[in-house]
Amino acid sequence: MSADFPLLSLTIWLPIIGGLWVIFAGSRVHDGAVRNDALLISVATFLVSLLLWQGFDNGTADMQFVERLAWIPAFGIEYYVGADGIALPLILLTTFITPLVVLAGWVVIKDRLSLYMGSFLLLEGMMIGVFSALDAILFYVFWEAMLIPMFLIIGIWGGPRRVYATIKFFLYTFMGSVLMLVALLYIYFQGGSFAIPAMHDVTLTLTEQQWIFIAFLLAFGVKIPMWPVHTWLPDAHVEAPTGGSVVLAAIMLKLGGYGFLRFSLPIAPDASMSFDWLMIALSLIAVVYIGFVALVQQDMKKLIAYSSISHMGFVTLGFFIAFQVAAGSGSWDAAATGIEGGMIQMISHGFISGAMFLCVGVMYDRVHSREIADYGGVANTMPVFAAFMMLFAMANAGLPGTSGFVGEFLVILTAFKANVWYAVLAAMTLILGAAYTLWMYKRVIFGAIGNNAVAQLADVDAREKLILAVLAATVLLFGIWPAPLFDMMHASVEQLVSHIAQSKLP
Amino acid sequence: MNDFMTVLPEATLTALACLVLIVDVFRRSDAVNVTFWAAVFSVLLVLSQVAIYFPEQSGLAFHGTFVHDPMAAVLKSFMLVVMLLSFFYARDYFQRRGSTQTEFYILALFAGIGMMVLISAHSLLTVYLGLELLSLSLYAMVAMTRDSVEASEAAMKYFVLGALASGMLLYGMSMLYGVAGTLDLGALSGAVADESRHLLFTFGLVFVLIGIAFKLGVAPFHMWVPDVYQGAPTPVTLFLGSAPKLAAFAMAIRVLADGLGALAGEWQTMLVLLAILSMAIGNIVAIAQTNIKRMLAYSTISHMGFLLLGLIAANAIGYAASMFYVIVYAIMSMGAFGAVIMLSGPGQESDRLQDFAGLARRSPWIGFLMMILMFSLAGVPPFAGFWAKWFVLKEVIAAGNAWLAAVAVLFSLIGAFYYLRVIKLMYFDEPESPRAAVGAGEDAHLVFSVNGIAVLLLGFLPGSLMSVCLAAMLVNGG
Repeated sequence: MSADFPLLSLTIWLPIIGGLWVIFAGSRVHDGAVRNDALLISVATFLVSLLLWQGFDNGTADMQFVERLAWIPAFGIEYYVGADGIALPLILLTTFITPLVVLAGWVVIKDRLSLYMGSFLLLEGMMIGVFSALDAILFYVFWEAMLIPMFLIIGIWGGPRRVYATIKFFLYTFMGSVLMLVALLYIYFQGGSFAIPAMHDVTLTLTEQQWIFIAFLLAFGVKIPMWPVHTWLPDAHVEAPTGGSVVLAAIMLKLGGYGFLRFSLPIAPDASMSFDWLMIALSLIAVVYIGFVALVQQDMKKLIAYSSISHMGFVTLGFFIAFQVAAGSGSWDAAATGIEGGMIQMISHGFISGAMFLCVGVMYDRVHSREIADYGGVANTMPVFAAFMMLFAMANAGLPGTSGFVGEFLVILTAFKANVWYAVLAAMTLILGAAYTLWMYKRVIFGAIGNNAVAQLADVDAREKLILAVLAATVLLFGIWPAPLFDMMHASVEQLVSHIAQSKLP
Repeated sequence: MNDFMTVLPEATLTALACLVLIVDVFRRSDAVNVTFWAAVFSVLLVLSQVAIYFPEQSGLAFHGTFVHDPMAAVLKSFMLVVMLLSFFYARDYFQRRGSTQTEFYILALFAGIGMMVLISAHSLLTVYLGLELLSLSLYAMVAMTRDSVEASEAAMKYFVLGALASGMLLYGMSMLYGVAGTLDLGALSGAVADESRHLLFTFGLVFVLIGIAFKLGVAPFHMWVPDVYQGAPTPVTLFLGSAPKLAAFAMAIRVLADGLGALAGEWQTMLVLLAILSMAIGNIVAIAQTNIKRMLAYSTISHMGFLLLGLIAANAIGYAASMFYVIVYAIMSMGAFGAVIMLSGPGQESDRLQDFAGLARRSPWIGFLMMILMFSLAGVPPFAGFWAKWFVLKEVIAAGNAWLAAVAVLFSLIGAFYYLRVIKLMYFDEPESPRAAVGAGEDAHLVFSVNGIAVLLLGFLPGSLMSVCLAAMLVNGG
């Protein structure tokens, strides 16, 4: 494949155009064809993204696969995309999860199937667009446009309170992002360019940086989500159809983390430093307090949703202890470890939370309840399923050997260098995570058969087995051998750290 | 170009409007289409004239009372296109009701003349002349359905309040004339530069601004908007809510920027207040509405507030941002009212929000386009409405008012809720009672599709229209 083939654009636009095609052609063909087309498009996108990986040069922090075209020349807005070691793992995560989501909705979705499948494909393309956009306005367009398919997915195929959940989801996210738009425009007028790499070099006073940081914090903090703006997430997760929950947890939350790395830290490093106490405090609240909240949930999806917030607390902790670590140890190398830990945590959480939601979906499809109390003794009727879920529950609790352990371990390790108490509080998650996940697992899976519905459960079929097996293999693979991920991101994280270390004050 | 060539489109439209009027009198009583097609061809002819005689520079005619510049040509072109599409929507509406009323087209043509004169006005007198011709035609259009109580009430309100606003405007103009001794906007701008008489000029400015604010429908001079929008027959609302906004915008530019540019410091402050108030009232009150025409009326108020933000920058790029905004708004607003027309069947006006319930199931294509329009009105990318907001916000921040931009986006956030509610009704809810698919005719479907797809395309490629607006305003500014 020649070097200037627009591979990245293909990854973005294949699912978008394919999704539109599925939506509009879908009403004329039968559902089987819609399913096959959607699967075909999503698998093709995954294969294209593997080509990206194959062609990716780990040795450089430069943007790769760069494409740059004038879009709105009057204002210097460009179609400018590219991927570095921070974006590529997340792009791969997106293309990996989407075929599984398509498969998860294979038989369950009967109403307006073509719109369902098309929405997920559109969503996939837009999320890849967000990860690869290097023009701030292009980024914003993808960032906002992404809300539309998700709004429809939760609103049309969701549970009883779907309308409340989806409007809450939309407005929360919209609130954060409109202020981000103001901040981006402001930076444009200081630096004279919408290109994100150019924005990294703009000098700003501390006050300017602080306002910009707050605007970004609202946008990304809502998305990731951080306490106290997390309340949309449990609602959205509970009401969304299984596929929606999976995409939301596995990919959409990562957009917030990605935003911190791409915008907040490099553009406003001095403000990040001055606000790092706030970010650390909010992260630790998420880890500890939300962990306790998860413990008391009666609804499985809600429990996993809170567990996601708690795990995302680790990500932000890993990112924002950088300054204290650097100050404490005198070297930015340790800070890089924290950021890499956060990144690994994001990727791994994508697999694990996706798998957990799929597991709940498997049970929900059969029993039509998410309440823990409606289950009990599922292992008796679904032994294969119980084994898979055991693995994912352990990974969610951070068991060594699974991918969940790697990120948490690195973040805790880094936290020790900043302040022992951070590490102690963060390590609480190992106890709390194990407690809420395994306790839920015990109540649902073990024990005597709870009721008639459970007694009549059929074990996972081949389709479900395939989805769970693929995820299980990935979780184990990256748990035992995370090196490919580190190699991919190392150079870019180094460069990011060098940006953070450098004051942007005039 | 001599004077008559400069006003060729206006003169042609006047002659053709009179001709259509005569044709309408002598046509067979059931041959409604004769008048319709005559009106359509009149608009097409005038549109082609505007396009052919597109000016490079601005030129004055009739002793400086009439100006022909790129801004005028662009606004006139869009005004005529909007008028043309509104004819097709209107025909569908009247046809399905078995109505043989053709006054709509004729009055619209006369309103069109008024708008063209207003857009090209270069003297306070021409401004007033164009405005009155436009307004009187609109009053009559609102009152067109004689037996409808709501329409008559709306027309009365519109007329009384409109007359009051015209009085204010005229009073302000006479003050300006009294101080400056000229009606010519060019001479006026020279006279205003004299700082010693600023107080007197500001006194006149206040009244002129009230007249402009009334026409745009910005708070606190918005009282007529909801009642008129709701009461008027839907095609009239569609017309009223789209094309005249272009003319009102031109009036604001001509009077405030061209005529009273030296007073920018004064009217900027006033516009900031009007803008914030409009965005607040429009967005918050729209949430409480159950009638979609009324909801869209409040939405108009908020959009006009947003549009004023571009003028606050008081430079050519800011005016271009507002111009882009008003053009995009006219297209979106036409589409939204078009959807109401499409849904209305014989004998029933589908203007309750509830009438949109389950639309995506009944007519997926119309539901889809209406969703695009709603997201666009809410300012969600990648649709045209986003770029309109983006462009204005950019200029607000460029002028050093980041706080004002933050206020504006927060009000847009509030506004997003009621647009989302329409989408919720269309996509998430089931229809109240099983209804057949939308019964609008083929050409209405086509026009609506063009309308919706225009919003989508402008969202993907807004650059060319932005450049057109920029170029027009840069000529105007210097």
